[in-house]
Amino acid sequence: MTTTDTGVDSLADVTSSEDRLRRFLLGLPGVDQVGAEARAAALSTRSIKTTAKAYALDLAIQMIDLTTLEGSDTPGKVRALCAKAKRPDPADPTAPQVAAVCVYPDLVATAKFELRGTGINVASVATAFPSGRSSLAIKVQDTKDAVASGADEVDMVIDRGAFLSGRYGLVFDEIAAIREAAGEAHLKVILETGELVTYDNVRRASWLAMLAGADFIKTSTGKVSPAATLPVTLVMLEAVRDYHESTGLHIGVKPAGGIRTAKDAIKYLVTVNETAGPDWLDPELFRFGASSLLNDLLMQRTKLATGHYPGPDYFTLD
Amino acid sequence: MSRFEYAPAPESRAIVDIKSSYGLFINGAFTEATDGKPFKTVSPASEEVLAEVSEAGPADVDRAVKAARKAYEKVWGPMAGRDRAKYLYRIARLIQERSRELAVLESLDNGKPIRESRDVDLPLVAAHFFYYAGWADKLEYAGAGPDPQPLGVAAQVIPWNFPLMMLAWKIAPALAAGNTVVLKPAETTPLTALAFAEICQQADLPPGVVNIITGAGRTGQALVEHEGVDKVAFTGSTAVGRAIAKTVAGTPKKVTLELGGKAANIVFEDAPIDQTIEGIVNGIFFNQGHVCCAGSRLLVQESVYDEVLARLKRRMSTLRVGDPLDKNTDIGAINSAEQLARIRELSQIGEDEGSERWSPECELPTQGFWFPPTVFTGVSQAHRIAREEIFGPVLSVLTFRTPQEAVEKANNTPFGLSAGVWTEKGSRILWMANQLRAGVVWANTFNRFDPTSPFGGYKESGYGREGGRHGLEAYLAH
Repeated sequence: MTTTDTGVDSLADVTSSEDRLRRFLLGLPGVDQVGAEARAAALSTRSIKTTAKAYALDLAIQMIDLTTLEGSDTPGKVRALCAKAKRPDPADPTAPQVAAVCVYPDLVATAKFELRGTGINVASVATAFPSGRSSLAIKVQDTKDAVASGADEVDMVIDRGAFLSGRYGLVFDEIAAIREAAGEAHLKVILETGELVTYDNVRRASWLAMLAGADFIKTSTGKVSPAATLPVTLVMLEAVRDYHESTGLHIGVKPAGGIRTAKDAIKYLVTVNETAGPDWLDPELFRFGASSLLNDLLMQRTKLATGHYPGPDYFTLD
Repeated sequence: MSRFEYAPAPESRAIVDIKSSYGLFINGAFTEATDGKPFKTVSPASEEVLAEVSEAGPADVDRAVKAARKAYEKVWGPMAGRDRAKYLYRIARLIQERSRELAVLESLDNGKPIRESRDVDLPLVAAHFFYYAGWADKLEYAGAGPDPQPLGVAAQVIPWNFPLMMLAWKIAPALAAGNTVVLKPAETTPLTALAFAEICQQADLPPGVVNIITGAGRTGQALVEHEGVDKVAFTGSTAVGRAIAKTVAGTPKKVTLELGGKAANIVFEDAPIDQTIEGIVNGIFFNQGHVCCAGSRLLVQESVYDEVLARLKRRMSTLRVGDPLDKNTDIGAINSAEQLARIRELSQIGEDEGSERWSPECELPTQGFWFPPTVFTGVSQAHRIAREEIFGPVLSVLTFRTPQEAVEKANNTPFGLSAGVWTEKGSRILWMANQLRAGVVWANTFNRFDPTSPFGGYKESGYGREGGRHGLEAYLAH
């Protein structure tokens, strides 16, 4: 299929029946595993220093969805995280704020209250996160609860079982239903690429999510290994780039899980810059789902400003 | 919000110690040339003079060949294979130890981006020595008969596009097989070969086993014509290769020639599109297109032509042209003013023939020799730019409709060094590989090398193979 000359109308057409959707997804160009991984490896050898590094570090901080998704989460833990989101580096007020705080639906109200007036979004994982194994009615209700509590962004998981067994229509309908339930909230669709395994699946799932109304496509829940990888993110960035070329719409990308160092984050930014293009170097269109990343970014930032690495105790735990 | 501008990230050249002048490396020592004029080697990126190098005249060539003969008869030929292996392993390890220095020196002298000299050239150079070191004591198992013998003295003339890698391709199998060598690097890129001479000294290689003489075509000719030479190995242009073939015709000298190419890179409609674009870029813009097996003729199935072209142009717009020592540079400098003139001339011919020329917007440095990545569309088989080797970052795009037509067009060339096939259909890859008359056929990749894999051409791309067991055979009598 030729993505470049597929207009919005014909894309609406491909979602008109399960059969057409299936043929469209299976007709997407293949991804050569060796080639995709070689490209990602080549992009990660870019050398980012001095002014470019300072820019990248600050941008990466602004792209972070500061996240806590544990069974043991409490309002107190969320309040602490929100404080960190507002002022990542107590010693340096010039450090920018993060993009969002991401919590379970029952803690959205707490986060919303703590972040009032800051411009920092509250994101919530809904839809029976992380497995997604419950009825659609429950997923819809989960989403509505999160939005009713004030979530600005909803991170949903797709039904990987349905996807892997080829029931693309089911996955599509579910995303569309959550899209509707989320209302004004931004919808981030988690593909859980570690379970999809092949890059062909990643590309198909990306297109499927975009066609069904995703504002963002996200790699992982963070609960499955491997989580985000550079080649997977590369394939997803190619998908949003091609989708933009077909429709004019900008869809965001969020790698999540496993990105811990500033060095890694910079590799992702380079990949964004050279794959989807500089338009995507914006928290509106690219996010990191990571918590431990923030402190390393702050440490590198301090190093760049002072010439010295501060010890880990100079940064807050959460 | 400002854009993500990468700051300059130059590799330090402090690690390299370039002498102001170099002699000839004969019989284990640097000696003055006796009958040639010195010449200068410049950095093509800045036109800065890097060093003065000696020209070897006929008397110097004679000295080098005699030193090699003596070393062959007295030391290297009689030496047990396992002992030769030790020297080769030692050289390989020294190359690894000094790889950063050698990469910087290569990029300075040749103009290629440090990303390529560091990540591609040097690892392959070391790998070739390691690989052939492994063969040195196992020659009887190489498939060249039960008791293969070395040929004697090998005269080796190498080009400027991969100075150190071509040296490794030549010297490693020759030494493993028990030959001694006299090698002449190209006149524009002699410095890494001279650094290699130092490595031979560091490795305590017996004097005369490796001799390195510098100079231009005249020196090469004297070397090839020398009657004390048993084997000639040449990589370079088809014109020079033809002259060498005439010179050695009727003599007992064995010869291998690795010459030009005009490789077809064939893209089918079901190709993995994004990796294909990378492969096209790597096929023609790797090493500024100074690659004899470059995929300079892109054959695209008509049904995906528009999409491939659009994606290719977008990708070309992200290529970074500039300082070869900058770690973020994708395309470096053209090796010499002469080569730049030739690329310009052939590109002009492309325009005059009615093809459409396109380059991304890119600012080229004012000093040095530069040419932007360029693509020609509307090219047909009848155009000169589709037939002649340009040896620069210039891609010609043609189309085809059926697999049969792709094969016919791909084979319709006087050359036959390499080809690329891009398709998700495994059976078609195998069918194409059987039909294409090219020494190497890459499937869903391009410009990939390995010391274990033989490399060489059909037709005007030369004869003989380098690399692998086959490369060893070219240095053995049986």
